[in-house]
Amino acid sequence: MNKKNNSYWKSNLKILAFLMTIWFLASFGFGIIWSDALDEIQIGGFKLGFWFAQQGSIFVFVIIIFAYVYLLNRLDKKHFSNNSEND
Amino acid sequence: METQTLTYLFVGATFALYIGIAFWSRAKSTNDFYVAGKGVNPVANGMATAADWMSASSFISMAGLIAFLGKDGSVYLMGWTGGYVVLALLLAPYLRKFGQYTVPDFIGTRYYSSTARLVAVICLIFVSFTYIAGQMRGVGIVFSRFLEVDIDIGVMIGMIIVFFYAVMGGMKGITYTQVAQYCVMIFAYLVPAIFISILITGNPVPQLGFGDTLVGSSTYLLDKLDQVTVDLGFGAYTENTKTNIDLFCITAALMFGTGGLPHVIVRFFTVPKVSDARKSAGYALIFIALLYTTAPAVSAFARINFIDSIQNVEYSVAPDWFKNWEDIGLIAWQDKNNDQSIQYSSGNALEGVRPDYSEQRGKNGERILNNKPNQNNDNEVYIDRDIIVLANPEIAKLPGWVFALVAAGGLAAALSTAAGLLLVISSSISHDLLKKTFMPKINEKQELLYARIASTVAIIIAGLFGIYPPGFVAQVVAFAFGLAASTIFPALLMGIFSKRLNKEGAISGMISGLFFTSSYIIYFKFLNPSFNSPDNWFLGISPEGIGFLGMIINFAVAFSVSSFTNRPPSEVNEMIDNIRRP
Repeated sequence: MNKKNNSYWKSNLKILAFLMTIWFLASFGFGIIWSDALDEIQIGGFKLGFWFAQQGSIFVFVIIIFAYVYLLNRLDKKHFSNNSEND
Repeated sequence: METQTLTYLFVGATFALYIGIAFWSRAKSTNDFYVAGKGVNPVANGMATAADWMSASSFISMAGLIAFLGKDGSVYLMGWTGGYVVLALLLAPYLRKFGQYTVPDFIGTRYYSSTARLVAVICLIFVSFTYIAGQMRGVGIVFSRFLEVDIDIGVMIGMIIVFFYAVMGGMKGITYTQVAQYCVMIFAYLVPAIFISILITGNPVPQLGFGDTLVGSSTYLLDKLDQVTVDLGFGAYTENTKTNIDLFCITAALMFGTGGLPHVIVRFFTVPKVSDARKSAGYALIFIALLYTTAPAVSAFARINFIDSIQNVEYSVAPDWFKNWEDIGLIAWQDKNNDQSIQYSSGNALEGVRPDYSEQRGKNGERILNNKPNQNNDNEVYIDRDIIVLANPEIAKLPGWVFALVAAGGLAAALSTAAGLLLVISSSISHDLLKKTFMPKINEKQELLYARIASTVAIIIAGLFGIYPPGFVAQVVAFAFGLAASTIFPALLMGIFSKRLNKEGAISGMISGLFFTSSYIIYFKFLNPSFNSPDNWFLGISPEGIGFLGMIINFAVAFSVSSFTNRPPSEVNEMIDNIRRP
């Protein structure tokens, strides 16, 4: 049981690290640190860095949360498929 | 029908709806009162979370702030939504699994100490009241402008409404009213945004209209805005004026502050299962993103409309909204060059920044100010940023029912957040202070009674904040975020992800975060405001961003104190193992 929990927790941490990296890139990265450089690229009326700072990052955030729901549900199933949730 | 009548009608109808829902779903047990019986559907909970979380400052102030800050204003957009990701991924599912009623409950149990619980209660009450003060000011602005009643009476009406559904309904009542409030709020935000987007760019989707060309020209809206703002002596709208380190810290403080906001965390305690807590966070962010991706478009439209409709216009023929907001004291005009026309450009128009009105009227009919004009620039207009969203439909000359709708939306935003906060305050007093600390013998019925008394007292205090407002809505709220980031958030995060952190570490961490952040903010904002400029800031970090540094100090203190004190007991180890399992 303990071994199973450990491997569940480790996979969970990996998923979190992956998703939080994207979170960091979309906001602090593209929206602030490299924002001025990205502003050189213009798509329609938007400079790309400005777009990431004001809208793009938010769209990415929504995708991150749904990716998390999907990945974690799959992980739960793999590790705890036999146990019914006792909550 | 007249706009005034319509506004009474819309606001009255929505209030009746909220009270009706509260009556239908009133709480019968402490379980209902604190966590709505843990039986809320994830989609409904997502909407309620969105309403709870989008406060008066999201609805009323944010777009106005961004309209005047341009790209610098992105910190609010990224900070508040990004913080939501932090909350959903790093905290919500684990706290739901823990399965108790309040945030101090978690901290008290995880750090096996009633002192830790008490420190958490203090931080939490401090954060909640700072935040609630901002909501009440929002209620006051809406009432005084749209219903033309005194701000004080407006705040009192708001208090009575919240009293009804927070005190009677508890979490259950609040949750279902918040679902209704979300619908009112989002409709009220999107309708004017869509109208204005069509008027300015011909594109019915504000998110896209924002990047589109102006009607009847091939110039992009944002390029035009850059050009106009530069001509008036501001920085270009799509470029930052703040330094990257400051932007980074402000965004981080807002993000981690969101993670530590107790009234949002507690929402995840209301769903039936851990997997529902995750799903509900996802729905909530969709509902939030709908408003948050519209906001920057509203800001850009408002800025351009605002300048177009007053620049070089003679005061005697100035639009009505300009004079109406002047009457309330949120706009002022001083004819520096005596040409009877309004000139707007960068810089503070008045010495002392805020207008100090005299009783007299000038020769154009404007309100005469006691302030001396600031002769360092040609700007003649003072405008409070909080009015932009509310004035936007008038500036764009939309029909009267749209203002009525916006008034109802602004109130929904303020009241839903205020109710969530009141619940947190009352449950931390009745549950954490009385039941778990000072009066462990009280039964459930008595605890419920104390919870209701505590929310009544909290409503009265919140109302006083509204009548004697401590400052700008957004500024006050920034304070709350800084404190949440530097106190509650680290204790929660480390409580889940570190088994080594013990009570000595957590308590000293929270206290040092609280002390550092609040003294920095109080020094620059209250004791020595004239000193509040980038040259004097520590590492160039503004008071708005200092919560991030406070958070790092909290982490550092907590880990070093833990490393030379005892490991947490084995029960705590088991508890952590348990919350890590879904």
